[in-house]
Amino acid sequence: MSTSWPLWEVFIRPRRGLSHTHVGSVHAPDAAFAVRNARDLYTRRNEGVSIWVVPSAQITASSPDERDEFFDPAADKVYRHPTFYELPEEVRHL
Amino acid sequence: MNRFALVLGLADDALIAAQRLAEWVANAPELEEDVALANIALDTLGRARVLLAHAGEIEGAGRNEDDLAMLRDEREFTNVQLAELENGHFGTTIARLWLYSTWQLTWWEALTSSTDETLAAVAQKSIKELRYHVDHGERWVRRLGDGTEVSHERMQDGLDRVWPHVAELFTNWVGTDLIEQGVTVAPATLEARCRERWAHVINEATLSTPQVPTVPGGGRRGIHTESMGYLLAEMQHMARSHPGATW
Amino acid sequence: MYGNDFGPSANEGEDVRPIDDAAAQVRFDALLADDERIEPRDWMPAGYRKTLIRQIAQHAHSEIIGMQPEGNWITRAPSLRRKAILLAKVQDEAGHGLYLYSAAETLGAERDELTEMLITGRQRYSSIFNYPAVTWADVGAIGWLVDGAAIVNQVPICRCSYGPYARAMIRICKEESFHQRQGFELLLTLSRGTDHQRTMLQDAVDRWWWPSLMMFGPPDDASPNTAQSMAWGIKRHTNDELRQRFVDMTVPQADVLGVSLPDPDLELVDDHWRHGPIDWDEFNAVLRGEGACNRQRIEHRTTAHTDGAWVRDAAAAYAEKHQRAAA
Repeated sequence: MSTSWPLWEVFIRPRRGLSHTHVGSVHAPDAAFAVRNARDLYTRRNEGVSIWVVPSAQITASSPDERDEFFDPAADKVYRHPTFYELPEEVRHL
Repeated sequence: MNRFALVLGLADDALIAAQRLAEWVANAPELEEDVALANIALDTLGRARVLLAHAGEIEGAGRNEDDLAMLRDEREFTNVQLAELENGHFGTTIARLWLYSTWQLTWWEALTSSTDETLAAVAQKSIKELRYHVDHGERWVRRLGDGTEVSHERMQDGLDRVWPHVAELFTNWVGTDLIEQGVTVAPATLEARCRERWAHVINEATLSTPQVPTVPGGGRRGIHTESMGYLLAEMQHMARSHPGATW
Repeated sequence: MYGNDFGPSANEGEDVRPIDDAAAQVRFDALLADDERIEPRDWMPAGYRKTLIRQIAQHAHSEIIGMQPEGNWITRAPSLRRKAILLAKVQDEAGHGLYLYSAAETLGAERDELTEMLITGRQRYSSIFNYPAVTWADVGAIGWLVDGAAIVNQVPICRCSYGPYARAMIRICKEESFHQRQGFELLLTLSRGTDHQRTMLQDAVDRWWWPSLMMFGPPDDASPNTAQSMAWGIKRHTNDELRQRFVDMTVPQADVLGVSLPDPDLELVDDHWRHGPIDWDEFNAVLRGEGACNRQRIEHRTTAHTDGAWVRDAAAAYAEKHQRAAA
């Protein structure tokens, strides 16, 4: 059994002005090769102008089981959204 | 030596290199490498097509890229022998790809200022592609050279097999008139840079510069290795079995 | 992702596991009922995970094995334009295999294990690739019929309940549309060519038509897993529905190519083209390993994998050496 190459998560910036977005993963022996493999795999049709790779094992994520206590408390803070506020129609630029 | 012969020689270098590389598809050591080698083959094939079309225009006899690729005999192909060498194991392919790409890069860098506008345009595109190919080659030479004992041996073996064909890259075959007109440079002017780069990477990769006899070469005169006939038989048989057909 | 995103991960120890499976099942069912996507770290029934791994892996293997019949023709393509197209297409298939393996890894199945399962025959790939590509026209027929059938199969999977699979599929479907078009265009060129080319075209269609109908799998009454897969939102339509969709799309295209389809029973009934009986004995025989290329395809994959081991080892050894040196 041969050594398997570690897994890397790939993030691509589709064009200037946009953030890097997760697109999938690649296997590569090291970071430099991971960038190249990601380039060859995920930008064959001009899909990107910049690539990040991160060892998959290095990602720390929130747990789906903590979802309620993580995200539900934000749901009732309606006053954070501009639509919460009623203004007279004649008011502009606000 | 005319401009047609020059462009055709350059086209054949690319066409035959691409044909060999394409043999790797579905055979690479890892799927990611399948994708990478196919990318390099596609770049190289793209260059071959533009150059063949350009050669056909210069010739003015109505031959298109396919006529030139499919209907010439072995003795009419003027690519360097390095381009046609059999793939062998991955170390041999990497040795060939790396030496070829490094040499091509210096050549096309020089052609960016060619007075032949098409060549200059091809050069602009090619140097971007070739930098990537060189880099890919160098990465693998370092990894195989400085990887495991087995890979070190195979990488050295690959270099030793390919190295006898390096001298041919720098022998003069272009006419002095073309050099005077600024269409091209003399191949010999590329040698120092190539050899310097190769020595540097070979050293980094803990390999040694092969001490092997040089072969006579002759690709530019249409003298090829015995494997070339098989390559052409495979590449050309469809077009030749159906004369005049459109695909 | 998230090779590690399904279980113990970097924050192992603080990981909060579901309170109990019953509650988790309720949450899972609610997500499905809302047509929401299941994501890698979500709790999911073991059967759901297993079914997905099997299906995604089989799909990935099909892409990779599928490189072979067409890959054989890259070096022989009759024109340089066709050579470039075919090379790009076969490269895409490697890419699609990789997208899919990447999706399978989010379920905890490592690519190495899946490759092992493929070459030891414990996981399947699409039977269609056990048919040989014997002429240049086969390259076109594979694009038109095989990729055409694959697209019909795959488009609904873009709405699969499992997020990473659905996302991989969206990417694949977008890229795949060129595959079918190039195949059709290739055949169209043959149809306008010499007698010999037209004969080659008809012969390829004759050989690939029935196998491409078999790609949708056994008829609904012989497809026991369909109901569960549909309940899980992994599958959106039955085999027969998809097959019918494909036949309806393809029959008029055959007219444009001027080829006949090898089915004397083909008939337009209520706006649908009804095909004749499919030879399921042939299908089952190929599944059992009695196809023309079963052995060859697996041997090819095995050889590439085995011959590449020293290269993969070298790169891993180099990475380790240089990481240590940097640390």
